[in-house]
Amino acid sequence: MLASTIAESVGRSAGANGSAGGYLGPGGGASPNGATPQRAYITGMFLALGGILMFFSALVSAWVVRRGLPNTDWQPIPLPHILWLNTLLLAASGVTLAYSRRCLRTGREADHRYWWGLTTILGMGFLAGQLLAWRQMLSTGLFLATSPGASFFYVFTAAHALHLLGGIAALFALAVRPPRRLTPDTATRVVALYWHFLTALWLLLVAVFLLAG
Amino acid sequence: MALPGMFRRYVFSTDHKIIGLQYLFLSLAAVTIGLLLSLCMRFHLVWPAARLPFVTGGVMTPEQYLALVTMHGTIMVFFVLTTAPQSAFGNYFLPLQIGAMDMAFPRLNMLSFWLTLVAFLVTLSAFLVPGGAPISGWTAYPPLSGMGEITGPGEGAGQSLWIAGILIFCVGSLLGSINFISTTIDLRAPGLTLSRLPLTVWAWFVTAILSLLAFAVLFAGGILLALDRVAGTSFFLPAGLVLSGQLQTHGGGSPLLWQHLFWFFGHPEVYIAILPGMGVVSHILANFSRKPVFGYRAMVFALCAIGFLGFLVWGHHMFVSGMNPYSSLTFSMLTLSIGVPSAVKTFNWLGTLWGGKLQFQTPMLFALGFISFFVTGGLSGIFLAQPALDTSLHATYYVVAHFHIVMGVAAIFGIFAAIYYWFPKMFGRKMNKGLGQLHFWLTFAGVYAIFMPMHFVGLAGGIRRYADSSGASYLVSLQPLHNFMTIAAFITAGGQLLFFYNFFRSMKQGEVASANPWDATSLEWATSSPPPADNFAGQLPSVYRAPYEYSLPTAAQDFLPQHLQSEHDPAQEGRSC
Repeated sequence: MLASTIAESVGRSAGANGSAGGYLGPGGGASPNGATPQRAYITGMFLALGGILMFFSALVSAWVVRRGLPNTDWQPIPLPHILWLNTLLLAASGVTLAYSRRCLRTGREADHRYWWGLTTILGMGFLAGQLLAWRQMLSTGLFLATSPGASFFYVFTAAHALHLLGGIAALFALAVRPPRRLTPDTATRVVALYWHFLTALWLLLVAVFLLAG
Repeated sequence: MALPGMFRRYVFSTDHKIIGLQYLFLSLAAVTIGLLLSLCMRFHLVWPAARLPFVTGGVMTPEQYLALVTMHGTIMVFFVLTTAPQSAFGNYFLPLQIGAMDMAFPRLNMLSFWLTLVAFLVTLSAFLVPGGAPISGWTAYPPLSGMGEITGPGEGAGQSLWIAGILIFCVGSLLGSINFISTTIDLRAPGLTLSRLPLTVWAWFVTAILSLLAFAVLFAGGILLALDRVAGTSFFLPAGLVLSGQLQTHGGGSPLLWQHLFWFFGHPEVYIAILPGMGVVSHILANFSRKPVFGYRAMVFALCAIGFLGFLVWGHHMFVSGMNPYSSLTFSMLTLSIGVPSAVKTFNWLGTLWGGKLQFQTPMLFALGFISFFVTGGLSGIFLAQPALDTSLHATYYVVAHFHIVMGVAAIFGIFAAIYYWFPKMFGRKMNKGLGQLHFWLTFAGVYAIFMPMHFVGLAGGIRRYADSSGASYLVSLQPLHNFMTIAAFITAGGQLLFFYNFFRSMKQGEVASANPWDATSLEWATSSPPPADNFAGQLPSVYRAPYEYSLPTAAQDFLPQHLQSEHDPAQEGRSC
């Protein structure tokens, strides 16, 4: 059920509430009054995710190269255990967000807002947990410049946290003041795409740290 | 009080046309500064001991010369060659050519411009801080760029500001590319299928994809470099560096890693600069040959192929970096393979000209100049793509001549062609034809006079980035060529005053242009000059045919605009708002 819910909130990109034709169709994408069609916001978010993916791919490539240098000064770094709790919180936020979107589609407005709020709280819980993880690292004497592994750990977690902070801002903004140009379905789908992407990205980064461990 | 309204209309505007003009004027300011910097360099190469009033200390030091090299390259590559062809003309004409009212995300568009402007000011401010501008070149190789002031003047605050400026520029370009791609995918007019897109739109589309993928990587590299400088990390800084007698504390990083990250951006950047020019040239050649573009489909595939291959060849900038020779071989073969789609484009341009009723308007001349420089610069590129030759030529003026002709001047000629071509649409008046032709011939001859001898200086071993070559006897014998190039550079730069005079005078006093002064077919000519705020005055067009229907035997006027439903019905078909 979870998989299908997430797939639903992610998968239907074009066509559903845009005009006919899809991405390679015969044009006619703009609404009759010239306004930006809803599906352009989905397209835009997919493209943004492509850019973010390239950014993190570059960092991961740098990590692979830096770690594999001959005569390397690379040392494995001990990961703070709280990372596992954080990972759990973030994964849970993905579930609550998908469920919140399902409530919206089935017309249960109050439930939608409840689960949306819970997602926001779980996201903030994740960020607070990341701060604690940093404090634990610092207290054991692992600073940004202590070793290359630590440098990459801080860079990865900070870059991810900053992106997630943007996600939390979007969750808040949508709850407080719905945007004028986007329908609720489009707006929540754009945010959900971003959020699920960052969740998946975090799981990938955790895998990277495990490999390094 | 009309001021807030003016601000909203011309300064903080979300109208893609105003934003396009803002980008255009930004790049005109940048190209002026970049050109003046290059004149200072050329002057110094001939009179190294001259006292200059604007140089700190009177006589230019080698470090100050390197700062000029750095800032000239940075300003030209980022704020001219990236900004004008894509951001300026793409912003103005992409929505018009696809029959849309604006970009998909107008406010994001405004943000992109303002970030680019801030990036420009931050980068320029490197001149004003103690130590001056950075000396590490536009490629900012570490360890030189990563250690701070100890490696030279300009490597303190100047280099930090440089990195900050580039990071801001990256964000602006990323947001802009998202807008371009979304707009092209989702806002096309009814009937505007992919095979009916003008080649300009295809070029901006492919370029935006390159920007999205490449600038994200430069952003990542720039952040790591900044951390190496300010936070003491060692991503790029190797162990055991001794500077000014002091052993440095950094350790274990790889300068080569920066080169890979930088050139993974840097090579696609070359195509970000040139692809929009290719689109404009195809568009203009069809218009002034009165023929459809020869091999439209092949042109589109060649654009896509160049864009794709552009991501696989970054290592050819690193043949002398100590990279594995087998990597060099791979990069060399992939680089040479770009010759195939490039040759397809050149062949099809010639095919478009062949048998056409050629009209040598100013934009046509600059489009032909573009092809000339693209071929000349492309041919010297074939030599440089081979590691054995590049090893000998890499540090010489041969490389400077190559990339200036193929990337710099060809792209600049694309910009000139676009300005002369679209000026009537942007300002409702034509530029002066006589001045335009004079400007073309002066610039065309001048550029070859500057850069042809430069190839021979390079072949003879003239080393680039040297501020003063009077100390080495074999370099002294090349000095007459340098003198010639400097004189040519000053004359050519002076010739650009013709352009600026023509440009600003024609804005106010040029001959009034009709909606479609070149008898062209694409949608930007289906509206008034300049277009109203909503582009098509409430009647968004539909598209009924391919973009280059010139010289139709059946048509009354020899051409058929894309938006006309039938050649027998001259009334514009539109859909109401």
